[in-house]
Amino acid sequence: MKSPAFEYMRAESVLDAMAAYAGMDGDAVYLAGGHSVMPAMALRLQAPSLMIDLANIEALTGVSLQDGWLRIGAMTRHVQAMTNPLIATHAPLFAAAAPFVAHPAIRNRGTLGGSLAHADPASEFPAAAVAMRAELEIASQTGTRRVPADAFFRDIYETAIEPGEILQAIYVPNPVAGQMIGFDEIARRRGDYAMVGVAVQVVSVENTMTDVSIALFSVGNKPTRAVGAQAALIGRALDGASISAAQAALGDDLDPSDDPQFPASMRVHLARVLLGRVLANLKAVA
Amino acid sequence: MTTSKGHIGQSHRRENALRHLAGRGRFVTDLVLPRMLHAAFVRSPMAKGKIVELDVSDAAAASGVVRVFTAETLNDMCAPWTGVLDHFAGMQSGAQNLLAEKEVLWAGHPVVMILAHSRAEAEDACELVMLDIEDEDAVVDGEAALAGGSPLAAEGLDSNLCFQTVLKTPGLDEAFSSAAHVVEGNFTFGRHTAVSLEPRAIVADFDPSTGQLNVHQGTQTPYQFQDVYSRHFGLPEGKVRVIAPDVGGSFGMKLHVYHEEMATVAASLKLGRPVRFVADRLESFLSDIHARDHRVKARMALDSNGGILAMDVDDMTQIGAFSSYPRTSVAEGNQVIRLMGAPYQMPDYRGRLSVVFQNKVQTSQYRAVGHPIACAVTEALVDLAAEELGLDPFEMRQRNLVADDAYPYVSATGYQFEKLSHQASLAKLRDLMGYDALRQEQATLRTQGIYRGIGIAPFVEITNPGATFYGVGGARISAQDGAVVRLTPAGDVYCAISVTEQGQGTETIIAQVIADQLGVTPDQVKVSTGDTDTTPSGGATWACRGAGIGGETALRAGRKLQEQILTLAAAILQTDPTLLSLANGAVVDTATQHERITLAEIGRIATYRPDTLPKGCDHSLTVAQHYAPTGYPFDFTNGIQASYVEVDIETGVTRLLKHWVVEDCGRIINPLLVDEQIRGGVVQGLGPAFFEECLYDDMGQMVNASLADYLVPMAGEMPDIEIAHIETPTLDTILGAKGVGEAGTAAAGAAAMNAVNDALRPTGARVSQTPMTPMRILTALGHL
Amino acid sequence: MKTDINFTVNGEAVREAIEPRTSLADVLRDNLSLTGTHLGCEMGACGACLVLLDGAPVHACLVLAVQVAGQKIETIEGLNNSGLVADLQEQFHDRNALQCGFCTSGMLMSAHALLSQNSMPSRPEIRDALSGNYCRCTGYEAIVDAISATAERRSKIVEGVQ
Repeated sequence: MKSPAFEYMRAESVLDAMAAYAGMDGDAVYLAGGHSVMPAMALRLQAPSLMIDLANIEALTGVSLQDGWLRIGAMTRHVQAMTNPLIATHAPLFAAAAPFVAHPAIRNRGTLGGSLAHADPASEFPAAAVAMRAELEIASQTGTRRVPADAFFRDIYETAIEPGEILQAIYVPNPVAGQMIGFDEIARRRGDYAMVGVAVQVVSVENTMTDVSIALFSVGNKPTRAVGAQAALIGRALDGASISAAQAALGDDLDPSDDPQFPASMRVHLARVLLGRVLANLKAVA
Repeated sequence: MTTSKGHIGQSHRRENALRHLAGRGRFVTDLVLPRMLHAAFVRSPMAKGKIVELDVSDAAAASGVVRVFTAETLNDMCAPWTGVLDHFAGMQSGAQNLLAEKEVLWAGHPVVMILAHSRAEAEDACELVMLDIEDEDAVVDGEAALAGGSPLAAEGLDSNLCFQTVLKTPGLDEAFSSAAHVVEGNFTFGRHTAVSLEPRAIVADFDPSTGQLNVHQGTQTPYQFQDVYSRHFGLPEGKVRVIAPDVGGSFGMKLHVYHEEMATVAASLKLGRPVRFVADRLESFLSDIHARDHRVKARMALDSNGGILAMDVDDMTQIGAFSSYPRTSVAEGNQVIRLMGAPYQMPDYRGRLSVVFQNKVQTSQYRAVGHPIACAVTEALVDLAAEELGLDPFEMRQRNLVADDAYPYVSATGYQFEKLSHQASLAKLRDLMGYDALRQEQATLRTQGIYRGIGIAPFVEITNPGATFYGVGGARISAQDGAVVRLTPAGDVYCAISVTEQGQGTETIIAQVIADQLGVTPDQVKVSTGDTDTTPSGGATWACRGAGIGGETALRAGRKLQEQILTLAAAILQTDPTLLSLANGAVVDTATQHERITLAEIGRIATYRPDTLPKGCDHSLTVAQHYAPTGYPFDFTNGIQASYVEVDIETGVTRLLKHWVVEDCGRIINPLLVDEQIRGGVVQGLGPAFFEECLYDDMGQMVNASLADYLVPMAGEMPDIEIAHIETPTLDTILGAKGVGEAGTAAAGAAAMNAVNDALRPTGARVSQTPMTPMRILTALGHL
Repeated sequence: MKTDINFTVNGEAVREAIEPRTSLADVLRDNLSLTGTHLGCEMGACGACLVLLDGAPVHACLVLAVQVAGQKIETIEGLNNSGLVADLQEQFHDRNALQCGFCTSGMLMSAHALLSQNSMPSRPEIRDALSGNYCRCTGYEAIVDAISATAERRSKIVEGVQ
């Protein structure tokens, strides 16, 4: 399992990186943490002629508050989601999701931007981004644009990033009063891709849910917003009845693939169980 | 360490562990030789088909490539090998050779070998090979393979049945017709594989100037490979040296003959330079032997008191396209049907075995050959019987386990047990796990919606096999081991022995055994293993023989040298050797324990001043000893395991809370190492019970051939494992040690399956397929 | 096409000419003969190849050597020579928390990183920290015990100093 040969460059700016990509006629790959692309190359499932390393680009780093949003540079490592105090308070679902992502050494190297751009439907961070209603800032040669997470994820490994474009930063709206989050997943082993996972963000004012945002992962081709379950909860108190209604609604919200090793009915069943548990354990944001 | 006796039974640490802790292991994967080439293989992407076109010209011209071999250019180097043995009457298997000729028989079957200056370049060239295979219907499922009209798994077979046998006692039918209760079940045990952390690795180094072939190989059986390479490549045995340095795990997987290793030797012979092959993880999944893959139909007859009358078992096991060489792929099933009901007084039995070909990679011997299957089936039926009779699982076992004073005892399947300790083990387990309190906890938690289960599983383990195991079938697999022990001129002790080290602590226990014979400390005994040029020939490591056979060999060698030293000392001291003994690195007066002469002084005189010895005095300080078991055909051991498991009945997810083992491996040489063998073995049993499975699609493609998709047991999911011992030494040997390597694996899965079903009992659900995945548990619970 | 890279390994400045596709693990093992870093899966699943990159454990099989230009790598050989894990190694030795030794370098890396961040980890925390380190031989318990015992001994030493 050795990678096929390629050329390597370390880009100094986003424009520099995009220019290099443009010169390769699509035969290039951006390298962030590398923890998805490296195994794929070792297995010779991918064979780009050029790897463009984004590690040196200042504009892709940093975590800061900006106009009601938390801006997280795309090259922010998974481990920082567990340790950065701004992420803990202003993007709490990333902090809650991070411990579930693979293993400690992977988290030291893997990046939030890489995980979101890779868009593995079994990944934790994409669902957390959807549930937090994050926006993804994409740089192209003509400028930057912000895409809501709901529109960003399109299919398996497919996002709103067009070939040659770079995910530059993640913007998470600041929490509001009464906001609570919940995150959990069911995996075979610690650190495995989840069989089913769920990220929930709820705003509850005077015992009534005024805003509900639920995203599940490993239930389809992309992180899936549970529209019906949200509707079943909004305007109601969080109690056994509303939770049951949300669980029931998942049957229409989800359309997972069927596999002999993992029937669709099992994913829906597990999603219902997990959503019920997460809702029952919602925690107020610190 | 001040005492010089009594090291047998002590928890000595392993000296060779220090190298690994410092990052100084010496594995075959670390070895670099001058002019060494790297091998990669083009493999069949299909489970079965005919090679219609093969063009390697682009690959041969690729950068860094030195040679490309196909069956046409390489296979004539090697006499084909066929995995059958005479004592498995009527068994059949096709002959195998280095690279696939005409037909490919599993997805992963090597077709082309590429040799390049680096592995990366060899892999690059693999992509340039034009291989066109005409797809044929693959035999994927064993039951379908036996049905009429099934295609054959390989050309030349007369059917897909490799081997069939039946064991039966005369009273079987009467036992079932007179039974007060009959319980039954159908069981499926998935295919899994060894996943040693160091993959298979070999560096073959043929020197045409001398005709010497040196093979550095990560194997547990260097002598066996010396014999195989000698015979199949037509080399004098004395010109073949096999060296097994540090081996990164083997567990039975690294003693089979593989196409890639044979092709690597062939390539080195052809090119006259070193050739290296190290399997990557993908190749490991596609070419290492797999294990188990059984479907078992079984029933048990009981009298009205819950006494077991008989078992009737039908095992169908699926082994891939060939029987493996040189041990065959039949031994596993053979042990399954012979170990059924082994711990119990069970007068009657019928066991039927069908070994079936299919187009998958070969299955063969892997740690605890056959044991986990026999144990899981037997113990599931015993638990079912207990449930039907309203008996506690402990009570049920107590009524049926062979009494500790009933030995020697012959099982219904014909195994002869010298002396086992089932009843004492059962009682000890009950105490160890605090059974009654655990049952209370279980009941309390159940009222809170938490489902926990307790499962127990007694077992019998086969260890110290004699020559009747493989030798009688014509296999050139040594049942004996050999040791050379010498006193150095400085008075230190050196032992070269044929049993090998894969981290289980062989070298340490051998040093302990010899130290006790020579009155020195284990750190004064240097032990070397794993090199056919420098150690005497022997069976090495398989079927739990290191301590029992290797240890006895060392003991006898040590005693021989002891006698030689005492004779020499008596000559020097002009006294009677019977008045002398060895202690504290010296010859002492037995009566007073006063030092008479140090071993260093004996070494000095014998080496540098033999002229000062009486005329005719033999001053040799080197002895050789070989030993093979001559008493019972096997030294059986026994034990019992318990598992405490929580099942989330909404998600099907299981949590292993605790595991207990009571084990009787006879004389314990090193408790620290024995316990770690058991713990590792337990986890290797729990892995396939809950996680590990080689999954195939309908076309015969393995669909989870990576470490991301094939789930090995990891730290977070495994329980703490508490261990206790009973010691019933075998009287067949002076040492009294039996084996322990398979014990953990033998019964862990059985205990766990009983625990899961105990947890599920209030729901009425049952699981009888491993691994016990969330899907299978949810299916049993009716959620899917 | 080979490219020159400069980086620091175990405190020594190193310059190697390598193909860009070469993983850090392959450079350490093949170019620098630091064979204590092992390869078990080459896809970040087994943990046998963990090294410290600027102090934090990473999978040497998933990092390209060209990526670490200018950075500091520490392998098991360096960690061993530093003496920083001598107590941990001793606890592993005492408990036979290794058999074949192939996973051991990676285990020590994970254990060292854990104890650097959490001086008194619970047993579940230790098992969690080892979630990416596969061992086929030991059953893990002795490894967990060794790490736990090291933490305890270190805390006693700290108390003693205070």
